[in-house]
Amino acid sequence: MNEALLRSLTPKVLGILVRRGADFAAAEDAVQDALVEAVRVWPADPPQDPKGWLVTVSWRRFLDAARADAARRRREDLVDEEPAPGPARAVDDTLQLYFLCAHPSLTPSSAVALTLRAVGGLTTRQIAQAYLVPEATMAQRISRAKRTVSGVRFDQPGDVATVLRVLYLVFNEGYSGDVDLAAEAIRLTRQLAAAIDHPEVAGLLALMLLHHARRATRTAPDGSLVPLAEQDRSRWDTTAIAEGVEILQAALARDRLGEFQAQAAIAALHADAPTAEETDWVQIVEWYDELARLTDSPVVRLNRAVAVGEADGPRAGLAALAALDDALPRHAAVTAYLHERDGDLTTAARLYAEAARRAPNLAERDHLTRQAARLNARRDR
Amino acid sequence: MAKYLLLKHYRGAPAAVNDVRMDQWTPEEISAHMQYMRDFAARLEGTGEFVDAQALAPEGTFVRYDGEGRPPVTDGPFAETKDLIAGWMVIDVDSYERAVELAGELSAAPGAGGKPIHEWLELRPFLTEPPTITE
Repeated sequence: MNEALLRSLTPKVLGILVRRGADFAAAEDAVQDALVEAVRVWPADPPQDPKGWLVTVSWRRFLDAARADAARRRREDLVDEEPAPGPARAVDDTLQLYFLCAHPSLTPSSAVALTLRAVGGLTTRQIAQAYLVPEATMAQRISRAKRTVSGVRFDQPGDVATVLRVLYLVFNEGYSGDVDLAAEAIRLTRQLAAAIDHPEVAGLLALMLLHHARRATRTAPDGSLVPLAEQDRSRWDTTAIAEGVEILQAALARDRLGEFQAQAAIAALHADAPTAEETDWVQIVEWYDELARLTDSPVVRLNRAVAVGEADGPRAGLAALAALDDALPRHAAVTAYLHERDGDLTTAARLYAEAARRAPNLAERDHLTRQAARLNARRDR
Repeated sequence: MAKYLLLKHYRGAPAAVNDVRMDQWTPEEISAHMQYMRDFAARLEGTGEFVDAQALAPEGTFVRYDGEGRPPVTDGPFAETKDLIAGWMVIDVDSYERAVELAGELSAAPGAGGKPIHEWLELRPFLTEPPTITE
């Protein structure tokens, strides 16, 4: 059974239940139950109409739960009025679900969890494993999130930017657990792009595809990081790159630039270079200038300094760094690299070691420690 | 979304404000303290921020490899060890500020006289997976 197909039906089915009058939290539980049932039943007995099957089963689950709830509270209202289960509505509420699950009243971690469950159709257990927390904790996080948005009107227009931030977080989380979060983020962004015509949605999808294309080459078999310049470009996924570039070009042509399009443009310039030496750093600096204008993020200016160092030489890069706060993440690593390029190996080795101590993740720490060790060994010889 | 370790020390942390050894408390004060810890963990489970909590025995053994074919060497416990971990809690929160807030609440657990211990807790971020997007 194609689990991705099954999960792609999740938001559509959930939207139908909510339109029929089910409250979001109860409908979401019912759809989860139906998904579990589908995984159990479909391999032996595949339905003619998978979506219709899911709507029927989840609606039944919803009514059962609502009746049990009403009986428990000795109240018997509303739930016996079952609407005629006519043909599924033509309107697709997938977009409304994205807005609801990324509602600004939610914290980032709650929005991520709710999106993966209600839009992505993942189980609580899968989400808990992906984020390395106990299942009970994730279950609470999700039910709190559902309570938080319970007063939000379903048909209220939402903000695409909040949805994109949530999807970016899912993609950037990496690859822990048995759920491939990066691939899931791409699937969800693709689905969003089908539901709304927006250049930044396209920009984010392009950005994801262009980074995903390099995935196999980003780490060595032993798990250590391989820097962009040393990656085996013959192993980059050219299909994903071609798709990313095409989506990006169509988005840029609409002349409504945003930060994800600008980031994707930088990724595309890297993907486009046959060798690291042939990278068009001058154009990359220009895109970082655009990006700094759009976001004014210090991290962007840090990355810009790296690009300046490649385009105009390490001294120019160090000059660009001088204006930045040295407490920024990766500041020491970037400074070390530029000093090494400038031939000052002693300073570079010291800064690589300092950067290693401040690295936020293990792979980066090990990589930076190796850089320091490499320079120290060369100097001692 | 970041995981933090809240480390509780037997020794090695600066002295607490209400620094009275537990065996000098009344039984009721001990019960109140334990209840506070349980309630705190339960509340974090409710907010979807709880990952793990464990307590450690105060005395342990040092072990090291002693060469091919030889059994490991054991030593200790050492009474003079400066840093001694009592236990920990692992939380998964949205920000460093939230982690500090929760550590502050845990440090307010009641001790002698039913008053907050104001114990120093050590807050340590976990190293994460590398992000997908780096440049």
